[in-house]
Parts: sequence; structure tokens; C-alpha cells
Amino acid sequence: MSDFYIRTDQLAVGYNGTPLIRDITIRLNRGEILTLIGPNGAGKSTILKSIAGQLALLGGTVYLDGSDMRALSDKALSRKMSVVMTERIQPELMTCEDVVSAGRYPYTGRLGILSDHDRQVVHESMELVHALDLAACDFTQISDGQRQRVLLAKAICQEPEIIILDEPTSFLDIRHKLELLTLLKKMVRDKQLAVVLSLHELDLAQKVSDTVVCVHGDRIERCGTPEEIFTSDYIRELYGMTNGSYNADFGCLEMEPPRGEPQVFVIGGGGSGIPVYRRLARQGIPFAAGVLHENDIDCEVAKALAVRVVTEKAFEPIREETYQEALLLARRCGEVICCARTFGEMNRKNRELADECREKMRGRG
Amino acid sequence: MEKRSYKRYYTVFILLAVLLAALIFCNINSGSVHLTVPEVFRILLYRQGEQTALNIVWEIRLPRILAAVILGGALSVSGFLLQTFFNNPIAGPFVLGISSGAKLVVSLVMIFLLSRGFAAGSQALIAAAFAGSMISMGFILLISRKVKGMSMLVISGVMIGYICSAVTDFVVTFADDSNIVNLHNWSMGSFSGMSWDNIRVMAVVVLAALTVTFLLSKPMGAYQLGEVYARNMGVNIRVFRVQLILLSSILSACVTAFAGPISFVGIAVPHLIKSMLKTAKPILVIPACFLGGAVFCLFCDMIARTVFAPTELSISSVTAVFGAPVVIYAMCMKKKGGSHV
Repeated sequence: MSDFYIRTDQLAVGYNGTPLIRDITIRLNRGEILTLIGPNGAGKSTILKSIAGQLALLGGTVYLDGSDMRALSDKALSRKMSVVMTERIQPELMTCEDVVSAGRYPYTGRLGILSDHDRQVVHESMELVHALDLAACDFTQISDGQRQRVLLAKAICQEPEIIILDEPTSFLDIRHKLELLTLLKKMVRDKQLAVVLSLHELDLAQKVSDTVVCVHGDRIERCGTPEEIFTSDYIRELYGMTNGSYNADFGCLEMEPPRGEPQVFVIGGGGSGIPVYRRLARQGIPFAAGVLHENDIDCEVAKALAVRVVTEKAFEPIREETYQEALLLARRCGEVICCARTFGEMNRKNRELADECREKMRGRG
Repeated sequence: MEKRSYKRYYTVFILLAVLLAALIFCNINSGSVHLTVPEVFRILLYRQGEQTALNIVWEIRLPRILAAVILGGALSVSGFLLQTFFNNPIAGPFVLGISSGAKLVVSLVMIFLLSRGFAAGSQALIAAAFAGSMISMGFILLISRKVKGMSMLVISGVMIGYICSAVTDFVVTFADDSNIVNLHNWSMGSFSGMSWDNIRVMAVVVLAALTVTFLLSKPMGAYQLGEVYARNMGVNIRVFRVQLILLSSILSACVTAFAGPISFVGIAVPHLIKSMLKTAKPILVIPACFLGGAVFCLFCDMIARTVFAPTELSISSVTAVFGAPVVIYAMCMKKKGGSHV
């Protein structure tokens, strides 16, 4: 039990004495990443703030390295745990280096004067997040992404055993999102850190986390490995998605597709159909897709976007009845688009289908 | 980069020290009674000279200079503490009504004691001013929980200041004639009429408060990053906030007790100092603020007593003339920075 680095026991969190979420059980070893996911306002930040000692616990206990966190002194805790929160800070006349240096607080003396060693740690931390060129810049003048990196450097420079980050990727562009998470992953591995964070990017959460905790309503709805959590149906349910869909395998969102009688039949396969599906969906044209093998990449997207999809079993040549079904459907549509470029043994019938519907093609696709 | 900023720090401190020395020199040599520089030096160093001249230098000019140095420094450090506390560059003991609260209670105590035939001692004045500061501070803290944004806070403070001033005026109107003369002088703000006993008390109180303040510069630096990060770095926020409030109140109470309410020094000086140092690091800003406040108040006091001599201006009028533009400038700069208002 106690060999978890951080462990919560019947934790209840909330504001002003009113518990928002009860019975929170979080367990994490060093060298692992735990991610909180869940809809806006579910209380991810509240949980993180409570674990970080920023909010008074309304029940239960947080154990850090085997001991009750409340029993740790402020100083001892500050050497074990650092945070990156969403609160916007506007420090006056502080350079990024000053902000990072603040992370050395638990290690400096009475007056907070940095030693050479402290300076070196500050330098290394900034180097790690590629923020050295920002050192002399005013903290309030840099971009959100840069700010996030500087704050991470501050957190690293505190030489903690656990870092808690609240939506660290929210304002970052894709490159910086990736960089930040890669960096976290690397630090977790190299320094045996424990990381608890909340993310809105499910695709990234799926890839970066060792454990995923789903916050929903007033409780932790599920907790497990990414493989257990990230199923398309559960994510839909967790976020209460009523239109559109989430594909857990690709980690991608699809908009609500156009409904109605299909006007276009798209012959696809091997990924060639996806751009056409998207274009039709974007233009609001209901379409049907076929004949797609169930293991075809097009099939996943077509299922999310097309009104009807004619499918064939994986690794089987298209059978006559599947072909007839597709032909019937294609004949009812005003237009047929053939995106497939290569035809082999498995999808030979798609070529026949395309030939059959030649008069309905407009030379595009 | 680092070298350059150190050079800047040295320059600023040396500049402030030189200015301070120069102003002390000017102040001790100027006044309605003309004394030559060698005369003044003889009086200061050997206590030799004509009795009136001796008295003028030792009992009038020197205490006044020391009062301006100590109280001016205290006032600007108090302002810096409040700015840190509220994370608001235009917070200060005067605009937040803290000086006026102190003034009210001090007037009440003075009138009460004078009507019974006592003169209020230094300690009693400080205690009264501290009580008044804390009352205003209490209101400001209550309001700051309700309103967010620096303009609203300052407006509330100005309102509290007006209420306190109105009540003070009311009390003064009904006070005995003999009391009024005393009170009027003091309530306008002035460094004049300090006794050596006053100086001793203020020096002890201010020095003690400054030392504690200086020792708090580390958590103060962390607090500048916001409460969340300060707490994460191991600052006990509750204790720290109480310390800040007490210290800033003691410092500004000390000023009000002896010199009456003095406007704008608490905002203008920290702002000027921070722009000169190009940093807000408390460990540098606190001592520099003290020096800066001393320089600013000596300069203003010199103007107050020499420009229309023998008529003296109230010190607040002069500090307002020089301080208010700085405050307006600070506000504009802050707005441009796109900060919360």
C-alpha cells in the first residue's frame, strides 16, 4: 500500500466547506504520469489544488512518500512538490530568469540570495525547457507558450519529486504541446519524478499517461490505464457528447455529419477516401461510402461521417452480395466519386462498381 | 547582463546617498535665520556659537531633517509593502485611507488628552495612529474581498479617507480654540516642531519595523509571483499577510503620529525606485525605498519652508505636486501593460 509515492485516501475536495468531489483515490509511483481528464468544471483543478496543498482538504488524507502531507512542514513540502497552475501571474519588473530563480526558494538562506550552485540549477532548468534565450526578457511581455515553459523551468528548478500541473498545454501550439509533454516524459524517466496533471487533449493524455483518472460529476468515475479508459463510447459518455464523435484509436474528433438521403456515393479505400469524406461533411452533403474493408483506415472515418457505409469483412475479397448492395446504393445517389487508385484482389469489385457508375462521375475524385 | 544590472544597483544607491547628503547639507544651511556654512559646521561639530544659533540648528533644523529622513523613508517602505500586498502599483497608505484613519484617531486622542490638560506623548500618539491605521486597514481588507481590480480598491480607499477627514474636521470644529491651533498645524502635515524625544521614539520604531521588513524580503519576493506559487514555495501565506499588514500599518502610523498625513510619497517613491533599479526585488527595493523616501521628503520639506518663506507650505501640498504626476504616470504605464484594472 504505502509504496505508492503519492496516495490519497477518501479524499474530499471543494470550496468553502462544501465538498464538490468525494472519495477520490489517486495512486501514483515515482517515474509515472497520472492524468486527470473530464469535462470543464468537473473539478480537475480543485483536485489538483487540494493535492498541492493550495486548498484545505474537506476530508480524507493525502500521503506523500508514506507520510501524511499535513504533517510535513511548509519547507519540506516545498522541496518535494512543485506546481504549475493556471493562475495568471503578473509579476512586476521580473525577468524570466528571476521567475525561474524563485524556484530555488526552498534552498536559499534567510535573505534568499542565490549561490553559484543555485544559479547553475536555474541555468540547467532553463536550458531543459529551451528558455535560455528568454532569460533577460520581462515575464509579462512573453507569449503564453513561453510563459508556460518558464513556469515549468521554475517548477523543475525547485528540484521536486512530484510536479503538479494544471492544464499545462492549454495555451500552447502543437509543437510546444509536444515538446512540453516530451520533456515531462523525459524527466519522469530520468529523474524518477511523479507527475500529476490535467489535460484537455485526450489524444495526448492517451499517449503520455500511465494512469488516467476520469472526473465526472461529483466523483471519480473511472480510473485505469489509457487502454482501459479510452474507448470511443466511454469518452462520449464522459464528456456528454451529443453531436459529433470521438475516435479513441486515432484520438480525433469528428463533427456531427450531415444527415438525410445520401446524395453522393464515395468509393474509397486505403485512406484515399478520407479527404473526400471530410470535404462532403464540411459542405453538408449527405453521402454513402463503400465498399470498405472493416480494417481499412477509411472505414473508421466513414463510419463517423457517412450516412451509410457498405463494409466487407477484413482480409476477404468483396463478395457479390456486398457488391450488389453498394451498387444499389450508388445508383440511388446523384453522383459517384471514385477515390480508390489501386485495385487488387481484395477490392477488385470496387473497380467494377466504378465502371458501372461511370456516367455518374464528374471527373473529380 | 548580470554585471550590468549590478552596476545599475550600485549607481542608484550611490546616487541616492549623494542626494541625501546634499539635501541634508542644504536643509541645515537654509532657513529664515541666515547662518553661514562655517557657522553651522562649528555648531554641529563643536557645539560652539551663539545660543540662538545653537538652538536653531540643534533644536529646530536637525530634528526636522531627521524626522523628514526617518518618516519619509518609513512612508515609502510602507507604500511598497501595501503595493506588494495588494499587487497593485497605486496602493499606498494615503490613497487607501490608512493615513486618514490614523489621523482621525490621533485627533480624537489629542483632543481628549488636551481637554484634560495633558499633552500626548510620543508613544500615545503612535499607539493611537496605529489603532486608526488598523481600523482603516480593516475596512480596506473587507472591501478588497468584495471588489477586484486596482481602481476600485483605490476609489474605496479614497472614500474611506474622505469619511475619516470629514469626521476629523467635525471633531476639530468642536474642539477648544487652544487645541485647534495645535491640531490644525499637525493635521495639514508637517515635519516641524519635532522634539528629540519624538525623534528617538520614531527612530526606534521605524528601525525595528524596517529590520523586520528587510528580513521578510525573501517571502515578499515569492509573494510577487502570486499566492499560489508563494505557498508552493513554502511561504505561510496567512502569517505572511498579517506580517505585511502590521508592518505597513506600524510604519505609516508612525509617520501620521508625528507628521500628520503626507500624501503620495508612498506611491511615488517606490515607483520611481523600481523604475530606476529596473527590478522589484524586495531585497534591493526596500533599502532603496527608504533612501528614496528620505531624499524625496527632504527635498519637499525644503521647498515647503523656503519657497514662500517665512510662510510655510504644508508638506502634503508639496509632496502632492511632485508625487501625484508620478502616480498618474504609473497608472498609465500599468494600463499600457494590459494588466488587470
